[in-house]
Amino acid sequence: MGDMFRSEEMALCQMFIQPEAAYTSVSELGETGCVQFRDLNVNVNAFQRKFVTEVRRCDELERKIRYIETEIKKDGIVLPDIQDDIPRAPNPREIIDLEAHLEKTESEMIELAQNEVNMKSNYLELTELRKVLENTQGFFSDQEVLNLDSSNRAGGDNDAAAQHRGRLGFVAGVINRERVFAFERMLWRISRGNVFLKRSDLDEPLNDPATGHPIYKTVFVAFFQGEQLKNRIKKVCTGFHASLYPCPSSHNEREEMVRNVRTRLEDLKLVLSQTEDHRSRVLATVSKNLPSWSIMVKKMKAIYHTLNLFNMDVTKKCLIGECWVPTNDLPVVQKALSDGSAAVGSTIPSFLNVIDTNEQPPTFNRTNKFTRGFQNLIDAYGVASYRECNPALYTCITFPFLFAVMFGDLGHGLILVLFGAWMVLCERKLARIRNGGEIWNIFFGGRYIILLMGLFAMYTGLVYNDVFSKSMNLFGSRWFNNYNTSTVLTNPNLQLPPNSSAVGVYPFGMDPVWQLADNKIIFLNSFKMKLSIIFGVLHMVFGVCMSVVNFTHFKRYASIFLEFVPQILFLLLLFGYMVFMMFFKWFSYNARTSFQPETPGCAPSVLIMFINMMLFKNTEPPKGCNEFMFESQPQLQKAFVLIALCCIPWMLLGKPLYIKFTRKNKAHANHNGFSGNEENAGGAHGHDDEPMSEIYIHQAIHTIEYVLSTISHTASYLRLWALSLAHAQLSEVLWQMVLSLGLKMSGVGGAIGLFIIFGAWCLFTLAILVLMEGLSAFLHTLRLHWVEFMSKFYEGMGYAFQPFSFKAILDGEEEE
Amino acid sequence: MKICGPKLSLCGLIISVWGIVQLVLMGLFFYINSVALIEDLPLEEEYHSLEDFYAAANRAYNQNAYNCWIAACIYVLTLLLSAQQFYMNSRVTAN
Repeated sequence: MGDMFRSEEMALCQMFIQPEAAYTSVSELGETGCVQFRDLNVNVNAFQRKFVTEVRRCDELERKIRYIETEIKKDGIVLPDIQDDIPRAPNPREIIDLEAHLEKTESEMIELAQNEVNMKSNYLELTELRKVLENTQGFFSDQEVLNLDSSNRAGGDNDAAAQHRGRLGFVAGVINRERVFAFERMLWRISRGNVFLKRSDLDEPLNDPATGHPIYKTVFVAFFQGEQLKNRIKKVCTGFHASLYPCPSSHNEREEMVRNVRTRLEDLKLVLSQTEDHRSRVLATVSKNLPSWSIMVKKMKAIYHTLNLFNMDVTKKCLIGECWVPTNDLPVVQKALSDGSAAVGSTIPSFLNVIDTNEQPPTFNRTNKFTRGFQNLIDAYGVASYRECNPALYTCITFPFLFAVMFGDLGHGLILVLFGAWMVLCERKLARIRNGGEIWNIFFGGRYIILLMGLFAMYTGLVYNDVFSKSMNLFGSRWFNNYNTSTVLTNPNLQLPPNSSAVGVYPFGMDPVWQLADNKIIFLNSFKMKLSIIFGVLHMVFGVCMSVVNFTHFKRYASIFLEFVPQILFLLLLFGYMVFMMFFKWFSYNARTSFQPETPGCAPSVLIMFINMMLFKNTEPPKGCNEFMFESQPQLQKAFVLIALCCIPWMLLGKPLYIKFTRKNKAHANHNGFSGNEENAGGAHGHDDEPMSEIYIHQAIHTIEYVLSTISHTASYLRLWALSLAHAQLSEVLWQMVLSLGLKMSGVGGAIGLFIIFGAWCLFTLAILVLMEGLSAFLHTLRLHWVEFMSKFYEGMGYAFQPFSFKAILDGEEEE
Repeated sequence: MKICGPKLSLCGLIISVWGIVQLVLMGLFFYINSVALIEDLPLEEEYHSLEDFYAAANRAYNQNAYNCWIAACIYVLTLLLSAQQFYMNSRVTAN
């Protein structure tokens, strides 16, 4: 059978690998990505496993790579994106090289960073000094006359002498701008107002050497008198982290010093730019290799993590691993193993043993880019049990179709098709978009679903004859006006009787004349309701029939008779019969007939007839009509209802009684010396150890659920009608309320008004009708599949196959 | 010269193309007096005679057809504008 029909057969294998070949073998297996390893050391702590040191080494490498990466990002160098030639896991020699390389780069980076910080703080000091010298120019212009002494540089004796002479001393420095006011107040307090402070704010911020953040600073000069005060001021300055700089009071000296500082700054700038250049050169060379290194380290780490799942042989001569492998891929795995041994030149080959097991294997559906989206829709409900029939295969068509029934509009469908086709045609280019956000990933992952939904919506739009709520007269309407001019002019409403005003049938879809009719909605409602019930019953019958495929595959033949037959009978005799009545009504009543009981006026309501059938009731037909559509209908209906009612106890008791009898027989057989093991291994049913009472209760729940859900699910399919009605009405309202306004404008402004209103109409169409309505139709379709279709046969109790694959690991990391 | 960003220019591009295609077609349908579009004509509730009505309807059909085509022409302008902007933006990101 095909790949999609049910999940692949899996085998539990035991792997014996030589320790020296283990690394390369697992690396090969990771490249193929078709093996799921099982943890054989569940009880062992993560820190006591065999390859902990190697994993630690990888962690260390990863840390270094992360550090270098942040440095590279800080410098604004773009890392190359490698997707075409992904490197393989490194072999031991490469690992050592890689480690040495990373070590060297890291230490170089750290050294450079330290030097840079040193030089930058040097630079900062010098700039501050320069600023001080430049800014104090103004402060001193008047003091120059007084011939103040720079108390900073002057020795103690001189200073004391100066004070005796009544000279003022001063300190100059730089302080953070936000501290200035507190600083000023403090100075004022300690000196009781005897300190004179002058300050000027620096316009440009200086850069913090360590972090690079801008800091705003202020230059200040404090004048004072007396040695004591000076000491106190200095203490306050250190308390406020103000840096003091020597500042000569004479103009010429200051000029001299500024010149000096400037040359030193220039030198420092040169050195700084050279270090910067060196750093970016180092980073640029590293950045070329960094992505491939990081992939190599990730692969290496994954390999050691996997090897930690292996068991050591008693003699320590080989590693033993257990894994699930799809039986189709066994040769691939064997080749990978031999490649792995050959790579290290091992003489003893690794080998693979398939072992029998009673465990349920994982579920693996091989998908391609087209089916993956649909399979994801199914898996979101529950991963199929092993070898269970896979609904994704049918979903490929039924999903877009049921969506389109609700979203039937040629124009909106075309928008979806264009969007989907663009994503499908440019998929290679678009697949490279990494950070498109979650919404984009959802759209892109479902590109084939969107394309198919659009195509089907175009088809149903053609059937409904809706293009943005307008109809197309492709083949010429089959209705014509049979009234003369005066009748038309005097009557506001006229009826077109089908027997005199219509010839033939419109070849495809709805006749466009309905767009102008007043009773369009009444007609469409009854038509679409019937359609949705017909599709619903077909869909559910198909679902119930799928259970036969499961029963025959799992060899539960008894269940076909005990579960499938009563279920399908119940569904067909009640709702299948209702569908039959719809078709019969369409065929048997005719406007052109002269036979009274077959005219449209006599056609009975299918719903009323169905209710009467269930309640064994009668309604009086109108005069000259028959209550029933054909002879012996009442008897037939009665028989159908009775058989359907009989199905309920059949479902309720059949299976538990069958289990009871088989159990008794088995006990007999065991008594006579036969062993029941073989039958058990066949997995006839999973109720082997359940007590009888529970089986009865389970079956009762199942039966009640099925009977009730048959009714509620049929009604649930009416959402097909409801949403398609809502969609058609909404698009009509949008046309009438928005676009019509633009079209009805006359005169010169008409065209410009139309231009603006058309733009608004476009946006509303996209946002409300395509996006919002599309989403709601999508969700309802999803519900119809999950609840109404899949509940008829799908168990969904399996667990997914998660192979050890480098590709999945790397993709998964990027998504995080 | 850059006025709008990459997203706005793309949006303008798409709506312009859509507007040109749909408005040219709708103009055509108005021009051939399509009955499906009769509800979108600027007509009054009542007319004195049938001839009056026909004349008014024909006038309105032609008027609407021209309006649609003129609006389509404006969309050609916005198409050119947004195409130029889109080109500028793509060149900026390429550099």
